[in-house]
Amino acid sequence: MPVDIDIAHVARLARLELTPEEMETYRSQLGVILEHAARVQALEGEPEVGSVHGLGIEGVFRDDEVAASLDRDEVLAAAPESRDGFFVVPPALEQ
Amino acid sequence: MSWEAVIGIETHVELSTRSKMFCGCAVDFGAEPNTNICPVCLGLPGALPVPNRKAIEGIVAIGLALNCEITERSVFHRKNYFYADLPKNYQVSQFDVPVCRDGYLEIELDGETRRIGIERAHMEEDTGKSTHVGDGGRIHSASETLLDFNRSGVPLVEIVSRPDIRSAAEARAYAQELRAIVAELGVSDARLEEGSIRFDANISIRPAGSDTLGTKVEIKNMNSFRSLERAVDYEIRRQIAAVEAGQQIVQETRHWNEEAGETQSMRTKEGSSDYRYFADPDLVPLVVPPSWVEEIRASLPELPEARRKRYATLGLHPKAAAMLSSSARTIRHLFDETVAAGAPALAAFNWLTGEVTAWMRRTDTEPAELTGERLAALIALVDEGVVSATAAKEVLEGVLAGEGEPRQVAEARDLVQVSDRGALEGAVRRVLDADPDAVERLRSGEEKVIGFLVGQVMRETGGKADPRLVNELIREAVGSDG
Ligand SMILES: [Zn+2]
Repeated sequence: MPVDIDIAHVARLARLELTPEEMETYRSQLGVILEHAARVQALEGEPEVGSVHGLGIEGVFRDDEVAASLDRDEVLAAAPESRDGFFVVPPALEQ
Repeated sequence: MSWEAVIGIETHVELSTRSKMFCGCAVDFGAEPNTNICPVCLGLPGALPVPNRKAIEGIVAIGLALNCEITERSVFHRKNYFYADLPKNYQVSQFDVPVCRDGYLEIELDGETRRIGIERAHMEEDTGKSTHVGDGGRIHSASETLLDFNRSGVPLVEIVSRPDIRSAAEARAYAQELRAIVAELGVSDARLEEGSIRFDANISIRPAGSDTLGTKVEIKNMNSFRSLERAVDYEIRRQIAAVEAGQQIVQETRHWNEEAGETQSMRTKEGSSDYRYFADPDLVPLVVPPSWVEEIRASLPELPEARRKRYATLGLHPKAAAMLSSSARTIRHLFDETVAAGAPALAAFNWLTGEVTAWMRRTDTEPAELTGERLAALIALVDEGVVSATAAKEVLEGVLAGEGEPRQVAEARDLVQVSDRGALEGAVRRVLDADPDAVERLRSGEEKVIGFLVGQVMRETGGKADPRLVNELIREAVGSDG
């Protein structure tokens, strides 16, 4: 069963700028994946919570204990820009 | 046409755990920027999150306090969106299977109780903090954004009410009650000014009595109960005016501007499908077995609603019960102790919310020297006429200052009333002999004269006479039985 994909919408949500050729390539590739997913979904119906992962593991926790964090200077050294202990990024504008 | 507002409130509560939701970084809001960060809360590739047990206990406690069903197996989802303060480009949250579902919260307003439904409460993580610099920090004209990820990954509980709220006053009452509950549970600092509890409101209007839902508008940025009430009130009036002028309400997010006293449009709200929720493959199902739920239930403190009901059964008026319930913990504790020591609830309430609270405010100290036993003893001294109501305040001052038991203080400060008939009869006689005119007027039924005469006797005895007894003695001597 073919799946209808609004590839321009998906690209916009992922902040990807795609050429018309790329759009076609991804539309057909994503289409194959989604068709497969649709087939699996039709077989199994609504998945159980426990079957979301299929790992057979659940209820894993850690105790509320503080562990060492990273060295700030080392982390900031990997950032394109930083100042006074902050990461500096271009102005975050409302879209 | 008359209109009805339909309001739902989303509340975010930061849990005050020691470490973050999915990593061991410290939760510490006073820390230098970016000192509590690691691969997990910075969203570095390959880092694996593990849920904090204490945070799960926190959300279950909240759920139980809100009369919710606790889901035994729930799922963490990824909520995808792009913003600079969200380093993974998704927030770990919950979608179709949250930890808590179908609860309610009771609010009291003008003596009436209303039940507000709780749709759900789910577990998620907080974002980092961004500061927009340049041109006064205004987001639209900022030249750059500074990021601090200390808050990134702090455990956050989102509580979603049903659209059962009908007015700005109810919205405020709901928010206040919810804050009181969370504070009582001790799972969060629950401070509005610091953002550890935040409220957003969804508001729409419809013709009164109708069952349909209008287009809803989300209001953000209300950081006090007062601004929440003002913002909701403003928005209801704005929508009614717009609809009556023939305009369409646009589904959007609006910011409350405290200075301007109005809500302002931000942007069109993205639909929830745009967040492309999917189960987080790094997090296995969250399991909270019934035995754990019962353990948490057993550890819950007495909540505000139960407390108000208990105070009411002790004979306090609902307003007084509500006032006491929201008083400082010390005051509530002393109230319980004082009543347990045999004092009437109303007297204990009056002393504690009056004189004792005033003293605490004035001195900015805890009443360490006051116990329930001592306050009960003081109340008994007044009741038995040993000290006057006025002198009792002075006795309390002495007790609070560490001068000992109330009776000791009263004696040491020479505040014990003279209640000995023999000792007072002389003073009464002298006063009556000195003013035969007043005596004559009292005899002929001029009642207000008695107050004057009692005052004279009080002066004669240096204020230490028991006024009730003096009153009685004067009437006996004059032969007027009042
Ligand atoms: Zn971390």
